[in-house]
Amino acid sequence: MTAPALVDFDEVVERFDPMLGLEVHVELNTNTKMFCGCPTTFGAEPNTQVCPTCLGLPGSLPVVNRTAVESAIRIGLALNCEIAPWGRFARKNYFYPDMPKNFQTSQYDEPIAVNGYLDVLLDDGTTVRVEIERAHMEEDTGKSLHVGGATGRIHGAEYSLLDYNRAGVPLIEIVTKMIPGTRERAPEVARAYVTALRDLLRALGVSDVRMDQGSMRCDVNLSLSPRDSGILGTRSETKNVNSLRSVERAVRYEMTRQAGVLLAGEPVVQETRHFEEAGGSTRAGRRKETAEDYRYFPEPDLVPIAPPAEWVEELRGTLPEPPWERRRRLQAEWSLTDEELRDLVNAGALDLIEATVAAGAPAGEARSWWVAYLAQQANSRGVELAGLEITPAQVARVIALVASGSLNNKLARQVVDGVLAGEGSPDDVVAARGLAVVSDEGALVAAVDEALAAQPDVAEKIRGGKVQAAGAIVGAVMKATKGQADAKRVRELIIERVGA
Amino acid sequence: MSAELTRLTAAELAEKIHTREVSAVEVAQAHLDRVAAVDGEVHAFLHVATDAALASAAMVDEGLAAGTAPASPLAGVPLALKDVFTTLDMPTTAGSKILEGWRPPYDATVTSRLRSAGITILGKTNMDEFAMGSSTEYSAYGVTRNPWDTSRVPGGSGGGSAAALASFQAPLAIGTDTGGSIRQPAAFTGTVGVKPTYGGVSRYGLIACASSLDQGGPCARTVLDAALLHEVIGGYDPLDSTSIDERVPSVVEAARLGTSGDLSGLRVGVVRELGGEGYQAGVRASYEEALRQLEKLGAELVEVSCPHFEYGLAAYYLILPSEVSSNLARFDAMRYGLRVDKGASAEEVMAATREAGFGPEVKRRIMLGTYALSSGYYDAYYGQAQKVRTLISRDFAAAFGQADVLVSPATPTTAFPIGDKVDDPLAMYLNDLATIPTNLAGTAALSVPSGLADGLPVGLQVMAPALGEAVMYRVAAAYEAARQAEDGGPLINRVPSLPGGVA
Amino acid sequence: MSADPVTPGGDTGITRDEVAHLARLSRLAVTDAELDVFAGQLEVILSAVSRVGEVAADDIPPTSHAVPLQNVFRPDELRPGLTQEQALACAPAAEDGRFRVPQILGEEA
Repeated sequence: MTAPALVDFDEVVERFDPMLGLEVHVELNTNTKMFCGCPTTFGAEPNTQVCPTCLGLPGSLPVVNRTAVESAIRIGLALNCEIAPWGRFARKNYFYPDMPKNFQTSQYDEPIAVNGYLDVLLDDGTTVRVEIERAHMEEDTGKSLHVGGATGRIHGAEYSLLDYNRAGVPLIEIVTKMIPGTRERAPEVARAYVTALRDLLRALGVSDVRMDQGSMRCDVNLSLSPRDSGILGTRSETKNVNSLRSVERAVRYEMTRQAGVLLAGEPVVQETRHFEEAGGSTRAGRRKETAEDYRYFPEPDLVPIAPPAEWVEELRGTLPEPPWERRRRLQAEWSLTDEELRDLVNAGALDLIEATVAAGAPAGEARSWWVAYLAQQANSRGVELAGLEITPAQVARVIALVASGSLNNKLARQVVDGVLAGEGSPDDVVAARGLAVVSDEGALVAAVDEALAAQPDVAEKIRGGKVQAAGAIVGAVMKATKGQADAKRVRELIIERVGA
Repeated sequence: MSAELTRLTAAELAEKIHTREVSAVEVAQAHLDRVAAVDGEVHAFLHVATDAALASAAMVDEGLAAGTAPASPLAGVPLALKDVFTTLDMPTTAGSKILEGWRPPYDATVTSRLRSAGITILGKTNMDEFAMGSSTEYSAYGVTRNPWDTSRVPGGSGGGSAAALASFQAPLAIGTDTGGSIRQPAAFTGTVGVKPTYGGVSRYGLIACASSLDQGGPCARTVLDAALLHEVIGGYDPLDSTSIDERVPSVVEAARLGTSGDLSGLRVGVVRELGGEGYQAGVRASYEEALRQLEKLGAELVEVSCPHFEYGLAAYYLILPSEVSSNLARFDAMRYGLRVDKGASAEEVMAATREAGFGPEVKRRIMLGTYALSSGYYDAYYGQAQKVRTLISRDFAAAFGQADVLVSPATPTTAFPIGDKVDDPLAMYLNDLATIPTNLAGTAALSVPSGLADGLPVGLQVMAPALGEAVMYRVAAAYEAARQAEDGGPLINRVPSLPGGVA
Repeated sequence: MSADPVTPGGDTGITRDEVAHLARLSRLAVTDAELDVFAGQLEVILSAVSRVGEVAADDIPPTSHAVPLQNVFRPDELRPGLTQEQALACAPAAEDGRFRVPQILGEEA
């Protein structure tokens, strides 16, 4: 069976209305897991962050992490949700080897937060309000490593190896209501929503929100209705969408795929699909022989959560300035145009610049470092800006070294390279690589004199008033000092020496 | 000497050990000898921890020799632990093939409290697989025999613990009671078994049968001994979210008060719906005699009605299997326990292992629970059962408005012959008719011996409101004393001697 | 959680196929002989337990927990867990610090 051809995006939009829904899973950055006292650190040796409870050993019992509940409530409040006055965890029963109890403990029909919204800023400055249906608490699964077969993928593997370090890490699942009326902007809205949510969660300090490490994961639900018909189509759920760019691509691809299916006169199958990073496409998951029946029932090992109003209000008091308000403030403080602000937001640079400014750097310099040189470095390494191995404080230190004249811009970039390469702090790199502007005036004068002597014709020109010819001498001096001279001072010295 | 030691109560043994009249090691050895002599016939134990028991007893002796106060009023007294609590130094099977040889990497809270109290853990006792059953015949490791008549069952699921007490292999034991698994075996073996208030004893490390019903509790040959043990194992545990953060009721004091024999001013509720039709004639006679005795002790008898108790069994056999189906899902051959390497995929290996590792009763209940929780059936079965649960709690609340404690026969019959009901699940379930309402409501209850019917022990059930254990122990102790005075000694002394035993 | 209601106390009529379905859902590779036995037994048990439907309880709240506790939390503090060796000690198979299991059919996580 060959799949119907994809339909051109413009045609899709002409003939169909996309109905978009997003489910985002966020791992909380609590010290310990949802129901036990094991650490949640990413990247530890396998099965070293486990205990009887998160391994699901017989006799073990869960106890709810108070901080995880507080984070969930704060997320709910920041998303303008109502906080449920009473709710229970439920068990979602299904067998899967990465789930030690063969049920997932999750809030099912009694989520902690319901009925909220998030205002999302699009590229052209318009705002879309995305309605939030619910945010609920649950636990993460372990991780499986598939051995044998071609690609390390599950299909064709000979056996699997399980690591339960991640099992039981607190997750918040945030589910939007269907987002109507997005038309050709559906891919953009999806991306803008996930971006806005990420910024909000980062501002709340409740998660690392690292899509590359899986601490933030997105499922895209999409269906198509014949244009202006209001008839709901069958939806697909695309999993494994692990970057902001992929969110946009997954929506676009599903629109063109489903339109192809519908225009070929076939029904869209309600199914789970997987996003393929490489081709930007989605593929169907394995069909289940029987419909899932999760047999939810209230978790008897945990008691209900009934957050007292005072507690909720106290948590409301801890909410940070909402990102959109903060953006407006920073725009004014840093004198940015709308476009400049948007570029910073899109680059994920706002927090980094603000932190760099907080560490003492002037806003202009901080901004220029993050959007220019550091953005290039992030790009060439294929990581997000925040994923670079340099802290805002370190960037501020580099800026300070330039301001004091200890480094010039070229050296400063080398210092940054050193920090990114894991050679330590900016000061460590300066010391280890011997990167400092030659400030020994005597040595500089000697170098200038030497260069002038080597190019007497140039020296003559300068003497004759052609000051711009000094560039060649500056170049020679910089070469002789391996770039560690302050070019401005060199130029002054050349004029001085020639004119003497 | 050795034989005499095994006939003593825990309180008597503790006194002799703490005054250094005998050593804890001698006491432990006497009981280990008794186990060696009679357990071939009774089969109460699945594992005997000889070395660990003697080592633990020796530590108690050392402490006492050094002049240190005993760690608890029961320090040095031996105990038989139901094989459903995890133990670091002993295998833990829950009576199932699927956990054969499993060595838990942690101690249950009950286990660690016993250890800190200086109690000598002799070993682990037999039980129906995952505590599902009323006869111990559903153990994967063979049936336990009733010391009163070895052709009969000792009750279940805690038949091993009860039989160990009745055959003088241990003066104390721990059981768990989900629908009667402590009280019914106590009744069948002429011993005392207590189901504490839900949340009164930590479930951490108790391999779950049905989480909202399970409760660990003390088993002994006297009410006072059970009270002493209750105070050791009871109390708040932050590792169990359903644990009640309140002081353990002063049950020892209450039991001692009860022995004085005066119950005047106390109202005893006679539950109209329990003890009539469907109860063996001998059981009914014993019950009526018990009511007369309670009256003689000064208690005022009040008839109370609990109209929804008759639906308890049905509600219980929906709620329990539902929770079981989920709790037992973790036994899947991936991380611990049995693995049957039949089939190429994890899915097939799981199914083959669970097929081979679970017995028929466990499979029945797993499938029943899976059915009751399925979409389309949830409301009619599980949902409705939870509503009945509410009504039963309300029945209790109303009855406790009229009476301080409630009474009933603990079981409809005395111990039945081995093999009688093993293939008739429903007949087996009827054993728990009188004990189940307490589990559904989370309240407290106990069974205390009330004489014999046709040569076999009968139990009187005393029920109390949540955290109302003190009055329950007081009534039971008073009744026990009066009964013994009338009979000229404890009922348990009439248990026939076993082939291997000298007693 | 509900759809087609069942008649309380009525003929539950659980079929052999339904039992086979339950066994699959429960990951029990039951034999054909067992299917026959279980179908009969489950039928008897179900007709007995469906008595709960005789109770008029429309306005009665369900009880999921026997003791009315709420808001039981744990501070977000580390507690010592198991070592990798302890975690794997009882594993039927292990490799490279991980539990080794047969190939997993089904969805990629």
